[in-house]
Amino acid sequence: MNDQAEFVKDLVAAHGTERESLLPILQAVIEKDRFLSEDAILKIAQETKIPAADVYGTASFYSFLDIVPRGKYVIRVCKTITCAMKGKNQILLALEDFLKIKPGETTPDKLFTILETNCLGWCHKAPAMLVNDEVYTELTPNKVIDILSSYKVKVDMV
Amino acid sequence: MTMENMINLSINGIAVSVEEGKTILEAAEKLHIKIPTLCYHKDLCVAGNCRVCVVEQAGVERLVASCATPVNEGMEINTNSLKVRNSRKHIIELLLAEHNEECTKCYRNGHCELQSIAAELQITNQDFIDLVPDKNYSVDSLSPSIEKDDSKCIRCQRCVRTCADIQSVGAISVAHKGADMKISTFFNRPLNEVVCTNCGQCIVHCPTGALVEKSYVEQVWDMIADPEKHVVVQTAPAVRVGLGEELGFAPGTRVTSRMVAALRRLGFDSVLDTDFTADLTIMEEGTELLTRLKGALVDDNPNVTLPMATSCSPGWVKYIEHKYPQYLPNLSTCKSPQQMFGALAKTYYAKNIDVDPANIVSVSIMPCTAKKFEANRPEMKASGHKDVDFVLTTRELAVMIKQAGIEFDQLNEENYDSIMGIGSGAGVIFGATGGVMEAALRTAYEIVTGREVPFANLEIKPVRGLEGVKEAVVLIENVLPDWEFLEGVELRCAITNGLENAHQLMEAIDRGDRFYHFIEIMACPGGCLGGGGQPFPVDDEIRQKRMDAIYSEDLSLALRKSHENPEVMQIYKDFLEKPLSHKSHELLHTSYVKRQPY
Amino acid sequence: MTTKTKQLNRIDLIFKHEDDCKEILKKSFDRSSEEVINEMVNSGLKGRGGAGFPTGLKWKLTAESEEKTKYVICNADEGEPGTFKDREILTRVPHKVLAGMAMCAKIIGAKEGYIYLRGEYKYLVPQLREEIEKFHQIMAELNLDFVVDIFMGSGAYICGEESALFESMEGKRGEPRNKPPYPTECGYLDKPTVINNVETLAHSYTIMKYGAKKFRELGVKDSWGSKVFSVSGDTPIPGIYELELGMSVQDFVDDFGDGDTKAVQVGGASGFLVPRKRFAKSNIGYQGKLRGVSLPTGGSMMIFNSSRSMYNVLDNYLDFFQEESCGQCTPCRVGCQQLLKGIKAVKRGEKPAVYLDKLLKLTDTMRLTAKCGLGQSVANSFSSIVENFREEMIY
Repeated sequence: MNDQAEFVKDLVAAHGTERESLLPILQAVIEKDRFLSEDAILKIAQETKIPAADVYGTASFYSFLDIVPRGKYVIRVCKTITCAMKGKNQILLALEDFLKIKPGETTPDKLFTILETNCLGWCHKAPAMLVNDEVYTELTPNKVIDILSSYKVKVDMV
Repeated sequence: MTMENMINLSINGIAVSVEEGKTILEAAEKLHIKIPTLCYHKDLCVAGNCRVCVVEQAGVERLVASCATPVNEGMEINTNSLKVRNSRKHIIELLLAEHNEECTKCYRNGHCELQSIAAELQITNQDFIDLVPDKNYSVDSLSPSIEKDDSKCIRCQRCVRTCADIQSVGAISVAHKGADMKISTFFNRPLNEVVCTNCGQCIVHCPTGALVEKSYVEQVWDMIADPEKHVVVQTAPAVRVGLGEELGFAPGTRVTSRMVAALRRLGFDSVLDTDFTADLTIMEEGTELLTRLKGALVDDNPNVTLPMATSCSPGWVKYIEHKYPQYLPNLSTCKSPQQMFGALAKTYYAKNIDVDPANIVSVSIMPCTAKKFEANRPEMKASGHKDVDFVLTTRELAVMIKQAGIEFDQLNEENYDSIMGIGSGAGVIFGATGGVMEAALRTAYEIVTGREVPFANLEIKPVRGLEGVKEAVVLIENVLPDWEFLEGVELRCAITNGLENAHQLMEAIDRGDRFYHFIEIMACPGGCLGGGGQPFPVDDEIRQKRMDAIYSEDLSLALRKSHENPEVMQIYKDFLEKPLSHKSHELLHTSYVKRQPY
Repeated sequence: MTTKTKQLNRIDLIFKHEDDCKEILKKSFDRSSEEVINEMVNSGLKGRGGAGFPTGLKWKLTAESEEKTKYVICNADEGEPGTFKDREILTRVPHKVLAGMAMCAKIIGAKEGYIYLRGEYKYLVPQLREEIEKFHQIMAELNLDFVVDIFMGSGAYICGEESALFESMEGKRGEPRNKPPYPTECGYLDKPTVINNVETLAHSYTIMKYGAKKFRELGVKDSWGSKVFSVSGDTPIPGIYELELGMSVQDFVDDFGDGDTKAVQVGGASGFLVPRKRFAKSNIGYQGKLRGVSLPTGGSMMIFNSSRSMYNVLDNYLDFFQEESCGQCTPCRVGCQQLLKGIKAVKRGEKPAVYLDKLLKLTDTMRLTAKCGLGQSVANSFSSIVENFREEMIY
């Protein structure tokens, strides 16, 4: 059995096969792989005995349960009204400029994906973005570049 | 029924009393007040998502969905206030705005639930913006049985609820959210690449043209028009009790002989009956069962698997291939009557009418959409040609009859052609859940004991009815000498209809909770009479009427048992020799494949 | 530079540093359920998530059910644009929230509680887990069989709707259910469930500690007590503020505006846009005998000055709703798309200005027929923006 399949099997063993366990299982795969592949969903379906179409349909409902490949670091820039007012477009441009990709795309080295998301709950310190589960606020184009650079360093260090 | 549980309310000023727990919609029905619905279906759990059935409740600001709102004492409901009508119009306009509006090119033109309500409300203009151009809707026509056109989907989720709850297949689901929300499959793969069993229950529950059968009407017309071709048609048992509904008759009307006349008028060269091969199936499968029983009870053969399960429902066959491949050895190796017929049409029958089998086109009329898949299974070429060329549903036959301008109710009664046109009552009852079991018992019991089954009029009532899972135990005693090993055996039988019930039964067998010798499984609720190719709308009341018709037909025939069918006796004498002979195995038996579980 | 005429009272109840949860809970557990419920009812505390259902009544109804298994759920799926108060509460005073949950659990007889935490707040988890561990210690010491766990959301605003939240916790798509039955009867796993907003639970602690009377010293009739507001936008002092309910929008703007306030969005994208000419006549609070228009709210206050285009604001809201709608019901799924495309068409001149009236009628239908609060509330911002800033939609 390959690593992915083993991982899913362990997850299901830990969480259980009840329907209530599905979201935590999907979230755990996301934490590891940043997206849900066809194989991952098939394996989850097999282990939990939930039809694959149902697992897929459930996962696709949630914005953070990506069903298309994402980079190691998924950047989610808030586009809701206060962040929009406080300069999220500049932030997006800075990201696009630095990473040479557009929103929705992933860098060729599979490190970064740029996405837009809705209100992150930091309106008093807009604009804001998430990089995976970490939040960054009071962004400026320069700050953004610093943040991304620190992630690049993290990768180089490994 | 105590008075305490009754709730009194009024609808449009008219008082009505219904049991506690009923909905406003059900109360209105009692008063014969029609409230339009789309996502509601008697067979399914309440969804309450289309919002078409909203009504006004006095004292409540927002409108309430009548299908989902339980009645309360003293409720005052208005189903046709200005507020209600304006809202309903808006909702239909919204549905039309995201809908393919080329009705004239749609398969469901003229019998579409969205069309009907729009016509009723006189939606004569559309001010809203057409959303279709930006949607990139796709059509999936890769399946041999079912076509899915997202541009006609109103997202009522009736298909999803059917596939998940009634059939426990779960091939389709709701995906994404918001404006992107759609009915999808696993990663939006085409239906022929996922666990879809082709049962077509989604089609009979779909209110629009989003899910329809793959039609072969044009191809069949072409074949009929081709002077070189001899077109043979077979008709399944359930078709004769369903066809009438498409042609103006009440549910449960038997139209057998007029159907035969119509088929001749349409230009079919030979009009034959699947009931013949149903009887033949009983001979083959009955013998197979007795052989397995001998193997289990006498020879102690570990390779013999019990229970033996019927294999004539291709939806059930694909289901077990996907979900329970470890039980494939339990399936009878018999082909379905349709496929047995196809193999014989291009061998036995071809010889009889002295036509080159290469020029025979074999068409079947089925209450079923999975049969279209079955006919296309690669192994179904026993005759040396494709055994069944085209499968038409009951609905498609009605289309052909209308296209030909035939006034069906004016037709004379006609009989099938021979030598594959006689079917016994046992063959006819194949169309009802429990029918195969009953037919098999009528023959097997008599072979083994020399006596008729101990049921008045040969009506084995315990196996009949719409109930999901039925059991019957038949005591075999005072057997003929050859069948000593069966003396005293209590033959345990189970019958299920609808794949969720098949799932329950398989799980019980798997757990070891239950032991049976013989199980009959039909993919569709009610058996073939409720098949994916039958007329709709359908509900349990209509299924029951069709079922009554099938059993009436059985009683009306002089010939009630498969083994007494003269054409069956003849084919063994002249062609097959005996059940399970080498020839039988070549033409009438098949094998199965393991498929991916999801 | 404008001189502030009056600053609204800053209340310090929720965020006050108080470490006495164990004692307060013991006091509460020693009282009868009836007493506690009465205290909650008398306080007049209404749901602080925005819907404003009387909390005491919710607890009472759930307590009355004879079902053995019940649940307490803290709705921390804060996602309304402009709202960030729950995050602050969970960061600064999570113990008060947990105390509120325990109080409720004791009364209704729940053994399990959950915090449904939105996926965007995952970074709060480590600290919350620590807090929950301390909480479990207190439960053991006070002999209450009640454990709390965190359930993570995964990026779906609609899961803040109570029945959609249950669906999500049950491993399904977050599609709101038909109501009735209501959560007090049939909630998580179809069991009686009290589902309360983060702030509501924190206020429950306050009420237990200081009593209903003290709570009622604040606010106005039918809108008693204090509320935590999230202030953002064109304001020199964005942030979290605990204020009394019942203030007028004028008073609010005088305190928080930048001197050039054109409009205030009260209650997020699901709320109402109040134009300058209505500031004095509009009050913040639940339905009741307030002067003029009363606007219930989860506390999101977004301030727009004269540099802001109300068309862009509405466009932003509609884009949000179109995306976040669960998609199951016709009026919301298609209605949101029609509204967004509609205002774009009017702006571009593809549709005449009067088309806006057709859209307003559509929002009426959405309000009357949508299956849940999301679809029903789109009408709020749409109508308040289009009616008050019609020219900006056209030119």
